[in-house]
Amino acid sequence: MTPRYLFFMRLRGILRKEVLQILRDPSSIALAIVLPLVLLFIFGYGVTLDAENVPIAVVFNDNSPSAREVSARFDLSPYFKTIHLTSIDEATLWLNQRRIDGIVHLQGDFSSDLYGRNQAQVQVIVNGIDANRARLIQGYANGVLQKWTELRQARGEPVAVPAVKISQRIWFNESGVSRNFLVPGLITLIMTLIGILLTALVVAREWERGTMEAILVTPIRRIDFLLGKVLPYFILGMLGMCLSVWIGVTLFHVPFRGSFVALLILSALFMMASLGFGLLISAAIRVQFVAAQISIVAGFLPALFLSGLIFDLESTPRVIQIVSHVVPARYFVAISHTLFMAGDIWPVLLPNALALFGMAVLFIGLAFRKITKRLEG
Amino acid sequence: MDTVRRIIALMLKEFVMVLKDPKSRFVIIGPPLIQFFVFGYAATYDLKNVRYAVFDESRTVESRQLLARFEGSENFELTKTLLSEKEIDFVINREKARLVVHIGPKFSRDLHNGRSTTLQVIVDGRNSNVALIALGYIGRIVEQYNQDLVKNGVISMDGPGVLLTDRAWFNANLQSRWFIVSALGGLISMVVVMILTSLSVAREREFGTFDQLLVAPFNPAEILVGKSVPGMVFGLMDALLFAAGAVYWFGVPFRGTIGALVLALGCFILTIVGVGLLVSSLSMTMQQALLGSFVFMMPSVILSGFATPIENMPNWLQIGTLLNPLRYVITALRNIFLEGAGIGMVWPQLWPLLLMACFTLPLAGWMFRHRSQ
Repeated sequence: MTPRYLFFMRLRGILRKEVLQILRDPSSIALAIVLPLVLLFIFGYGVTLDAENVPIAVVFNDNSPSAREVSARFDLSPYFKTIHLTSIDEATLWLNQRRIDGIVHLQGDFSSDLYGRNQAQVQVIVNGIDANRARLIQGYANGVLQKWTELRQARGEPVAVPAVKISQRIWFNESGVSRNFLVPGLITLIMTLIGILLTALVVAREWERGTMEAILVTPIRRIDFLLGKVLPYFILGMLGMCLSVWIGVTLFHVPFRGSFVALLILSALFMMASLGFGLLISAAIRVQFVAAQISIVAGFLPALFLSGLIFDLESTPRVIQIVSHVVPARYFVAISHTLFMAGDIWPVLLPNALALFGMAVLFIGLAFRKITKRLEG
Repeated sequence: MDTVRRIIALMLKEFVMVLKDPKSRFVIIGPPLIQFFVFGYAATYDLKNVRYAVFDESRTVESRQLLARFEGSENFELTKTLLSEKEIDFVINREKARLVVHIGPKFSRDLHNGRSTTLQVIVDGRNSNVALIALGYIGRIVEQYNQDLVKNGVISMDGPGVLLTDRAWFNANLQSRWFIVSALGGLISMVVVMILTSLSVAREREFGTFDQLLVAPFNPAEILVGKSVPGMVFGLMDALLFAAGAVYWFGVPFRGTIGALVLALGCFILTIVGVGLLVSSLSMTMQQALLGSFVFMMPSVILSGFATPIENMPNWLQIGTLLNPLRYVITALRNIFLEGAGIGMVWPQLWPLLLMACFTLPLAGWMFRHRSQ
């Protein structure tokens, strides 16, 4: 019998054991298939940073055509759901009670100011607690007023046109739909869960249950053991990824402008880096409870906060940016954003791919060293 | 009296289980604290140093004055000056810059002739939120520039115009850090408590020691109390530490009352202990418990209003979030920190939490005995 034959025989044995273990406890399959479905559903329908139908109050005391026209522009805007109030005190009360998120106040004698002094004041008051939302509301309000100015200009009325106007183009996502960047990010999160969380337990479990000793006395070598632990979860992770991409593109119409081959190769790299990290935790810790805590603290939460998935990394302090370089999810978020929205732009993809490759080699190498075939760790 | 003695004995055992192993002692305090600080800095929607490139075809005093305002802003950082239109493609595609400010050749001629002119801005939309916020900042800069042009008499107001002034209550500078950091403690302590409690019964089941506990002279209620207390203690300790960190380190204002804070966190941790023990009582292995807590935690983080507003969700999903404990504590924490709420004002957020605890805790206790292999 050749050594190669023996190797495959051993590998088949340990793979069979791992697959059986996964099949007997369907919770890991649930994680790979059910959780992505649930999360995509929630994310796709529920999570958006774009506000619509924001409840606001429009306050004006002046019944002139121009004031009514401004108020009508706010009524027509899809961003706002307006309520008309006549006193600013009442509106203030509503804002304090959280019944509305903002007040548009046409101050003083709107139309006589507008035509008499050439300048009428519009005050926008927002609840600043959610700063991001507040800023969006201010932006929307500004947009409504600009539209009104353009309308008047188109009708040939004299208007003060701003000297410098901005013409903006948002590339890759012309209408600024936040779902288009949140869904690719979510795929990163799902793969991280499968890669780090599941594998973090697999070696620690053997130690804790004492079955590691049984494995130690078999002729299985470290490399067989490692491959046996990695391959089944790798396949689960890739399945979860394909499922998520498919749903994202078909159900939520997230554009996918890159090539599928590139996605497969790059996500395989990311999967390997995550699996390696999970295995390393598992091999180094040997206690499931601690391994679980660490996989969440060092794996899952950084993938949520330090990856650029929701919060912009470049705006964080330099120290945090440096720390973020050890988070594999960071590179894959960059890759998936580019692949989904911009296409196969290799100058962007390649450095990230190299980083992932380096991390995969490093983590799996360290895990390999940590998995000793000795009882004393 | 016997009940109290038995509960104390069980509690002691639970504390010893967590505290005897130095690694597990560490993971309850160390990493959550580190996370709180790292994420406190990382989790913000405010942009700083957005890398931009400039393509100035005008090269006049006016265009330079406008560009100087970008350079003076801490929101932007100039990385490249472009010499041809073709380069725009290159820098955006390859992420050399996140936006390009393009001033056309007729910029200052138009201004001097009293005509309105355009400033073209091309933004990388891969992160649409960053793109929109950056455009908002640019809008401010240009608006200010326009007003100064009028004030300095470079151009004159030639018709009726509208001046927009805006004010933000409770957070005048619109710092999103306050919003995030005030709620972050709730999120992280949920993760800690959830893992701690969800693994507690599952671990005993996996090791087979749970059967011993069931045949010992404990009734399910005593086991329930004994298993809940460590989670309560560690969770509340972590959450209060985070609250102190938010105030003393990140400078988040604390406008409410300490009583309301402790009560809100206490109710929340109790609910999470209930959910964690329920997950644990349903699980046979630690892996199942861990995955179960993830199935609970992931949607509850996403649907809590922590990062994305609940108001933006469709109606049916907003109703669904009423079942999410994290939602209530996040609202309560923000009310307490930023709006100065006392116990009376946060009560609407607390009774749903207590209701959930009243449901999950007894159910978990019942499951201890009624679920077996």
